[in-house]
Amino acid sequence: MAKDDSLARTTDARDAEDAEDRETDTPDEAWVWHLRRIHEHKDHAAFAELFAHFAPRVKWFLMKAGADETTAEECAQDVMATLWRKAHMFDRQRATVATWIFTIARNRRIDMIRRERRPEPEALPWGPEHEPEPAEQVALRQESEQLVAALRRLPEKQRELVEKAYFADLSHSEIAEATGLPLGTIKSRIRLALEKLRHEMKVSE
Amino acid sequence: MTTEATLHAATPAAHQLDEEILAAYAAGTLPEALAIVVAAQASICPVTRERLRELEAIGGGLLALGESRKMALGSFEATLKKIAEQAQEPEADAAVSAPCDVLPAPIREYVGGGIDAVRWRPVGLGARQAILHDSGEASARLLHIPAGTELPDHGHKGLEMTLVLQGAFLDGDARYARGDVDVADEGMEHRPIADVGEDCVCLVACEGRLRFSGLLPRLAQPFIGI
Repeated sequence: MAKDDSLARTTDARDAEDAEDRETDTPDEAWVWHLRRIHEHKDHAAFAELFAHFAPRVKWFLMKAGADETTAEECAQDVMATLWRKAHMFDRQRATVATWIFTIARNRRIDMIRRERRPEPEALPWGPEHEPEPAEQVALRQESEQLVAALRRLPEKQRELVEKAYFADLSHSEIAEATGLPLGTIKSRIRLALEKLRHEMKVSE
Repeated sequence: MTTEATLHAATPAAHQLDEEILAAYAAGTLPEALAIVVAAQASICPVTRERLRELEAIGGGLLALGESRKMALGSFEATLKKIAEQAQEPEADAAVSAPCDVLPAPIREYVGGGIDAVRWRPVGLGARQAILHDSGEASARLLHIPAGTELPDHGHKGLEMTLVLQGAFLDGDARYARGDVDVADEGMEHRPIADVGEDCVCLVACEGRLRFSGLLPRLAQPFIGI
């Protein structure tokens, strides 16, 4: 390894790599920081950035589910307010920020469209507050990167069906009606796509 | 404290919940009655928990890659106002019910307590039931079946999901124990028998209006009182 004379250059290179990481890679890591700022410092600026990024996505999600613009706007605001209130409950070992927000938006949607309760599994006794384990976090981060890549690779038609199943609040038979495809085809395509995604998010490179 | 999840022997693959049902739960499109079964089963089975976590991650991925719709002017300020208003309201305490060996938390929330708090009603053959939820679209109820009791043949109008919470039952060649789910589709005929040894407690959810004529003999119907 080259020593003193090249030290400056390697440091520069490392800085550049770091900067690249921040920009291109898992913006989700940055959102974790935003949530912590909200929880620990009631940081409005951090909240404003999170809001600018996620509120419009949540609004789109709610409109896909059939909400009109006004309702979707109102509910997206509720979702963001919940995010502020529950920022301390975010567990970065279990989910990415995008996934956590998805679950809040989903629950708001159940309330909005179905007017039903959402039964949740019994909370696992995590035991005393444990320190985040780096290995688990790396695994989760890798998993979410692979998932995003897998979603991008998914054939258009399959991704559309998965999106419909998740976002449109349609049962499979309603999707069948909307697309004109037989119910059996819908079921097997969705199942196939989900299995592929789950497989690909597990594969380590 | 040992978690129940670690004590539960992994549910055999054949007695797990379908991908389709889990995905609908993760997406939030499953009717509440059926969602109670998923939440209860996930409370017992770590495999289901992990599958749900992955399916929710897919939802997060779709949201991250999805489109966006511009928020209205002043919506950020409106949200801050909501937050300020909510801060005034006292935080609703999540009622934490005492642990129960038979009923996981999502079921206890409907019962208002553990197995001793269930308000059973006789439905004939020594069996008892308690309705947890009935939306018209789907219903969920607890069934208590004395050990060794054979239930009459019954068909199905829609999907029926049975989760064993205590004891076991036999359906054809299969034996279902705590944490196992038996999913019966429309048109399927089956004749479940509560295993000897212990009374069987199940959570049963089905689509469509509550239909007793299918499950228990017509004779029992007058006792149900609905």
